[in-house]
Amino acid sequence: MAILVLAEHDNDTLKAETAKTVAAAKAIGGETHVLVIGHQCDKVASTAQTLSGVTKVLFVDSAEYQAQLAENLSNVLVDIAADYEYILAAASTTGKDVLPRVAALLDVAQLSEVVEVISSDTFVRPVYAGNALATVQSHDDKKVMTVRGSAFDAVANDGSAELMTLSYSTAATTEFVSQELTVSERPELASAGVIVSGGRGMGNGENFVMLEQLADKLGAAVGASRAAVDAGFVPNDMQVGQTGKIVAPDLYIAVGISGAIQHLAGMKDSKIIVAINKDPEAPIFQVADYGLEADLFKVLPELIESL
Amino acid sequence: MKVLVPVKRVVDANVKVRVNADNTKVDTANLKMAINPFCEIAVEEAVRLKEAGVATEVVVVSIGPKVVQEQIRTAMALGADRGIQVEANEELVPLSLAKILKALQDKEQAGLVIMGKQSIDGDNNQTGQMLAALTGMPQATFASEVKVEGDKVTVTREVDGGLQTLSMPMPAVVTSDLRLNEPRYAKLPDIMKSKRKPLEVVTLDDLGVTLKQHQTVLKVNAPAARQAGVMVSSVEELVQKLQNEAKVI
Repeated sequence: MAILVLAEHDNDTLKAETAKTVAAAKAIGGETHVLVIGHQCDKVASTAQTLSGVTKVLFVDSAEYQAQLAENLSNVLVDIAADYEYILAAASTTGKDVLPRVAALLDVAQLSEVVEVISSDTFVRPVYAGNALATVQSHDDKKVMTVRGSAFDAVANDGSAELMTLSYSTAATTEFVSQELTVSERPELASAGVIVSGGRGMGNGENFVMLEQLADKLGAAVGASRAAVDAGFVPNDMQVGQTGKIVAPDLYIAVGISGAIQHLAGMKDSKIIVAINKDPEAPIFQVADYGLEADLFKVLPELIESL
Repeated sequence: MKVLVPVKRVVDANVKVRVNADNTKVDTANLKMAINPFCEIAVEEAVRLKEAGVATEVVVVSIGPKVVQEQIRTAMALGADRGIQVEANEELVPLSLAKILKALQDKEQAGLVIMGKQSIDGDNNQTGQMLAALTGMPQATFASEVKVEGDKVTVTREVDGGLQTLSMPMPAVVTSDLRLNEPRYAKLPDIMKSKRKPLEVVTLDDLGVTLKQHQTVLKVNAPAARQAGVMVSSVEELVQKLQNEAKVI
C-alpha cells in the first residue's frame, strides 16, 4: 500500500500544501514517499525529509524540470508509478496540470480535490461548486488523486526520511518562455490564517489599499472575488472561488462581496466568516457568522483604526 | 488549421442545485441547462482564431444523449462551422470522455483542441490533460492568452503565483480559463443559420471506443449547513465580538 506524494514547490521552498497532502496519505495509511522533481531544489528535498510520517524522499534534479511542465513531469511519475498503489498531489495549479496526465497514461480515472478519506478505495469530493459532496469508490488498481489542502491539517516537521536521488532527464516538446509572479510580503492565500477579501463593491483597484492596511493589522492575506478580478482591480491569482483558490482560514472577512455560488465554493469552510456589505439582501449574509450592513468606505477606516 | 472544441451540457451556472431525496445524485430534472461557461470561452477563442484567419474550420463536439445537440447548436450560433454529437447515455468519467475525444481527434486531425479547464458540475478539471496524454500532444492548461504563430502556439497560463507563458508545437491541447476572453452573444440570424449547419451523430461503436467502469458514486450528500450568524450594528461591536466571542483576532 505504498503512497507517492508529489511535492509542491517553486524550486526554493516546499509549499505547505505538501504537508497537507501527506496528511491525506496518512489518513489512507501506508508507507509514504515524497517525490521532489525540479532544478536546484536540494533545499526543498531536505525540507521534505522532515515531514512527519514520510519514510523516503525521491529526488530528481535536472534543468529540464525547472518549470515543472506537465509533459515531462508525468513521464517521471509514470515510470515510478509501478511501485505505488496511490499517487497524490495537492490540488494546486501544478497538481491539477500534471496528475490527470499521469492518470490517463496509467489508464486509471482520477479523483479531484479529495476532502475526506473514507477507506482505502472510497473518498469524498465536492461537486457542483461545493453544493454537493460525492462519496466515490474507485475500482482502479492505482488511485490517482489531487487533495484539497484546506480539508487536511498539515503534518508536523519532525520526521527524518531517507533521501534517494534518481536520475531522469526527459525532454518535453513544450518550452518555457517566461513567468510573471505576483510579489507579496503578506502570507500566502492558500495557507493564511486570516483572509481579507474584496469584491466589486470596492469600486476600483486603488481602494484595495484599505484592505491591505486592514490585512497588515491582522497579519492576513488579501483575496478577491471573481467580479473584482474581472473588473481588473487585482491580479487573478488573488481570486477565491470555484475557479480560483479554495481557502479555509480561521477568519474570512468579505468586504463588498455579494456571495455568489462561485465565490462561496471557495470560502464557505472558513471557521468564522465576517461580511461587510451595504445590501442587506446579499447572499453572503446567509453564511456569515457576523454581518455588518454598512458602507464599506465608512466602515473600513474605522475598523483599521480600532485594531 | 482545424480547431476541435469539445463542449459540455451542464446545469446553468446561476442555478443552485439540490441533492435528491435518496442521496444518490444531484437532482437535475427540470433545471435550466446551458453550455458549460468554460466551454463557451473555448468556442469563442476558436471562433476568434477563425476570424483572425488562423483557423480554417471550427468543429464542436459534445458527448451525451440527444439533448446535447442544443449546446452544439448554441456553439454553432456563436460561429462554429459544424457539430458532432457522440451518442452516450450514461454519465462518463473524464478518462472515458478523453478516450472518445482521442478517437475523434484521430479522425479529425485538428491542429488545436481548445476546451474548458473544468465543467462546473463535476469540477474535475481533467479531460483536457487526459486527452493530451492519450494523444501524446503537449498541453497548456488554464490559458488566459493564446497566440498561434506558424506551427507553434504560445499560451499564457494562470498559475498559483501569477502567470506563466509556454510555447509548444501543434497539434496541442489548450484548456481555457475564465479570463481568456468575453464570449459573445448569439444574434437571432446566427441562431437561425446554426440550424442549417451540419450536425453529425456518431456512436461509440462507430468510433471503436470501449470504455471501462472506473468509479462508482456511492452517495451524494448536501454539505453541512452553516449556522445562521448575527448582524452587528457597529464596527466597535464587530471587533468586540471577534475578540471576545469568536476569539479570532
